[in-house]
Amino acid sequence: MKLINRRRRFLRDALALTGAVALGGCDRLSGTDWVPQVLGSATALSHAAQGALSRNAMAREYTDADISPVFRPNGSTDPQAPAYRALVADGFRGYRLGIGGLVAHPLSLSLEQLRALPSRTQITRHDCVEGWSVIGKWTGVQLARVLDMAQPTSAARYVLFRCYDRMDDDREYYESLGFDDAYHPQTLLAWELNGKALPIANGAPLRLQVPRQLGYKMAKYLRRIDLVASFKDIEGGAGGYWEDQGYQWYAGI
Amino acid sequence: MASFPEDAIPPSPAAMPPAGTVRRVVYRHALPLRVMHWINAICLLILLGSGLQIFNAHPALYWGQRSHFEHPWLNLGAIRTADGQLRGVTVLGSRRFDTTGWFGVSKVDGQTTVRGFPAWATIPGPQWLSMGRAWHFFFAWLFAINGVCFTAWALWTRHLTRDLVPDRRDWRGIGRSIIDHALLRHPRGEAALRYNVLQRLAYLIVIFVFGGGVVLMGLAMSPRMDSVLGGLVDAVGGRQSARSIHFLFAMGFLAFFLIHLFEVVVTGVGNNLRSIITGRYAIETEPRDETHQ
Repeated sequence: MKLINRRRRFLRDALALTGAVALGGCDRLSGTDWVPQVLGSATALSHAAQGALSRNAMAREYTDADISPVFRPNGSTDPQAPAYRALVADGFRGYRLGIGGLVAHPLSLSLEQLRALPSRTQITRHDCVEGWSVIGKWTGVQLARVLDMAQPTSAARYVLFRCYDRMDDDREYYESLGFDDAYHPQTLLAWELNGKALPIANGAPLRLQVPRQLGYKMAKYLRRIDLVASFKDIEGGAGGYWEDQGYQWYAGI
Repeated sequence: MASFPEDAIPPSPAAMPPAGTVRRVVYRHALPLRVMHWINAICLLILLGSGLQIFNAHPALYWGQRSHFEHPWLNLGAIRTADGQLRGVTVLGSRRFDTTGWFGVSKVDGQTTVRGFPAWATIPGPQWLSMGRAWHFFFAWLFAINGVCFTAWALWTRHLTRDLVPDRRDWRGIGRSIIDHALLRHPRGEAALRYNVLQRLAYLIVIFVFGGGVVLMGLAMSPRMDSVLGGLVDAVGGRQSARSIHFLFAMGFLAFFLIHLFEVVVTGVGNNLRSIITGRYAIETEPRDETHQ
């Protein structure tokens, strides 16, 4: 009888422990340093596996009939930074996109100069990390063309995007891409949405389009682009505003 | 169900069966199966909790390529009444339900909060999308790898063909099996060692349709994978359809889990739990001559 009792007690304890670990435990574990690090290792695996499987494959392009009636904006929708307000007041005539960092030829391009480059129009789906999707028609220049003009040095590993908008914590929005995504043919610096000048809510005058990643990678209100060897010493060190808050740098999933 | 009566273990005197029958303990579940069962159980629990956390970031589901925000087929929302009270409103198709306390509006640390699923059902409990994603994707890998290992093992040991795929005899007995289940009549003797036809079908559907489907629909939500899975995404109607089907498979797993627990309890919780932990399962058989010699 003793054996049975001990066994019963073990089963009961095992069940209770499993339950506690599964429910309450996950919250406590989420607050540690090491658990998020272990969990994060899966993202490296996802990045490697998805990268190998999809390489340079193109994101699905849709037809005009698929376009969302409203391209739902998220994050900043009306930046109040004085430098940005001055650009808005001026109708973006004074806008210059600076391209620098580890490049042979630093650039400063006006919207007219960007529009004079060969452009690409694509109807692609925009997937928010929250789960929803909208479809829009984007026109812009392939980032690869602009990078070719600036000529990144051999030390450059990432393309860093600085933005005009500040988030609720007063930090400036920023993002970064690896070269695989930066040189992908559908990665655009876009100035037009659905055949019209990019609205302020969606990132006027220029935003990034990376249709094979989630929306938070597609930085709006682009201020300048820098080629860097690493983003470890920039802002929070995780390569982007949301990445600094714990979101994955690889946002293909 | 790997049952090896030849490995029968003599019953301990403490566990004597009722008069007239002999209690015999058999080695029922092989070690790899037991290990994979528990890995799977932990994965499913964490995937469900973290999945509901991710769902809560936008607690609505749609059909199609994109979100038709005015026409979700499922929406766990909230309204504020004239007297300033928050009420949870669940919209399912064209129906609306007040689900305050459960869906749409529930308490988090005593505070009435607008959220899809309640905090006790999500991992982590509070709203924390990035952490929910971290849990989800880690255990999704473990779940998928475990599933591949199980399939390979089940093929190798013939567990799949011998114990899971129903044979002609199983199919003929399906009517009887349905009645037996409805009346909670379960075999206790040798017959208990063999999975019945409903059990076989349930396991096959859950493992290969729900399990395979939930992984494929998860991948179909990945914008990067969609560049090579376009055919699959279109076949189910689009990325938002894939998200809906992913959710429905998860609910299928939840339904299976509840039925599974129910069956575990009504067929003997101690015996079942021991068999999936130690492998040993007791059955009651007619006395055999040799046991009396």
